[in-house]
Amino acid sequence: MPDIADSQTEIPNSFSRYAKTLARFWSAAIATEAEYRINFVMAGITSGLTLAGALGTLAVLYQHGYEMGGWSWNEAMLVVAVYTLLDGLQRAVLSPNRQAISQLVREGTLDFVLLKPVDAQFWLSVRRLSVWGLPDLVMGAGLVGYAAWRLQLGAAELAAGLVPLGLGIVILYALGYALATLTIWVTKAENITIAMQSLLEAGRYPVPAYAAAYRVALTFVIPVAFMTTVPAGVMTGRYGWVWVAAAAGVALGLLVGCRWFWRFALRSYTSASS
Amino acid sequence: MRPAPAFGSPRHRLRVGGSLLSVWVAYMAAYRFEIMLWMVATMLPLIMMGVWIEAGASGLFPDITAASVARYFLAVFVIRQMTVVWVAYELEYHVVSGKLSPLLLHPLDPAWRFVSAHLGEQLVRLPFFVAVLMVAVAVYPAAVTDAQGGWWVPGFGRALGFVALIYAAFALRFLLQYTVGMLSFWVEKASGFEQLSYLPYLFLSGMLFPLEVLPSGVANALLWTPFPYLVWFPAKLLVDGEVELWRGVLTIAGWLVVLLILNRVVWRRGLAHYSAMGA
Repeated sequence: MPDIADSQTEIPNSFSRYAKTLARFWSAAIATEAEYRINFVMAGITSGLTLAGALGTLAVLYQHGYEMGGWSWNEAMLVVAVYTLLDGLQRAVLSPNRQAISQLVREGTLDFVLLKPVDAQFWLSVRRLSVWGLPDLVMGAGLVGYAAWRLQLGAAELAAGLVPLGLGIVILYALGYALATLTIWVTKAENITIAMQSLLEAGRYPVPAYAAAYRVALTFVIPVAFMTTVPAGVMTGRYGWVWVAAAAGVALGLLVGCRWFWRFALRSYTSASS
Repeated sequence: MRPAPAFGSPRHRLRVGGSLLSVWVAYMAAYRFEIMLWMVATMLPLIMMGVWIEAGASGLFPDITAASVARYFLAVFVIRQMTVVWVAYELEYHVVSGKLSPLLLHPLDPAWRFVSAHLGEQLVRLPFFVAVLMVAVAVYPAAVTDAQGGWWVPGFGRALGFVALIYAAFALRFLLQYTVGMLSFWVEKASGFEQLSYLPYLFLSGMLFPLEVLPSGVANALLWTPFPYLVWFPAKLLVDGEVELWRGVLTIAGWLVVLLILNRVVWRRGLAHYSAMGA
């Protein structure tokens, strides 16, 4: 359906057009959220306390000289920092959009999205933005900086970490989108987004901190390892380019997979109007 | 045909309770896929089990072994599954959308509707989480093996106490969240406050670590708050019984009374402030 709309309106499918659309989406979303200013404050307090709790839990684990999987306190802190970044991104962009897909399917309003002259997956992935993740993004970035300073990492190491971090974001997005696509068949599945959020919680700790069976599951079944452990490990030099290559493979596979799955699901979408 | 029991009589109440519960079990059973997902969302105790098995195996934590801490987190998992509460979101939705108004016309406090929805959901969830529990036990059988290599079995009394404490924990958490949710009579987004009140539940209840690993002063101070009784206390009673049972029971009872009074006061004030259509 979106393809027909595209040919009718003859708008070029250029990158700049999508960038402009994205800017419009997000400025509109921020304007809406600005009406509830108290939410900004609440979101900030919640994020601050959550981060404090996460570091406190880490301190409980490290209190008797125990080092999780041989990772030092600073390295573990870097993992928490990367987790906070991803969780912020998830709360700000990924979750609100995932939740909306479920609602659109249930109410039959997905039809209108499919008719719009933009790629439907693009619209469904970025249309919404919530303030609830923004403080996490800021604090996560700050903590990455602090942990990097404590570990005496240079700009080159941090930049090297950006590649697997980007791949981790792609993996997180693609997994979440594929799960949200399931709502085409099972309409009431808003919990999908909560399920994703809590699976990511395993990424608060480096994967080597887990018992053997978990390490396998967190690498090969739910690739949480590639989301937080690998980016942090690449920054500290613990993991080499083999891991980055593996992350790239997983990311590419999941991205193509989720795109295909979405198109496949649309074929069985029985809209509200037909 | 037997005459309908008199309105408000114990038999009538029992009948109302029974029908409410069966309606909600049927309703929730229709959404079993959603409930399964929700179970995935509440697997945090099993994630923490993986971290603590390694920590316990290091031998650096006094009185904690890999097997004992695994057992603890399996108990926490069961408690978590039986104490999932979402009433603040439900109430917020009803207040903001005005859907609370028709409920107020019923000769039954809406609280009972919410309570039975939760109890119904628990019954539907039960088979799913028992299956996950069995998988977890199969993956890590040391958690349910005693020192002699036989099955670890808690005494009948402790198991019974565990079940009773789970329902006490559910009542505590329900009252806490229901009271916080009532803020939606005054502010549009009370779920923000609920997210805030979720934090002490997450970090101080024993869901992420057994509280005995904390410095004893901190752990003792926490025992005056309601939070350890939501997770740590029932779990600890089941796995090794090393808790001051009566002190705990009295603290739970005290908090239940305080929260119940607070809840009713806020409910009355909130209703007076409620201004949706039909109110």
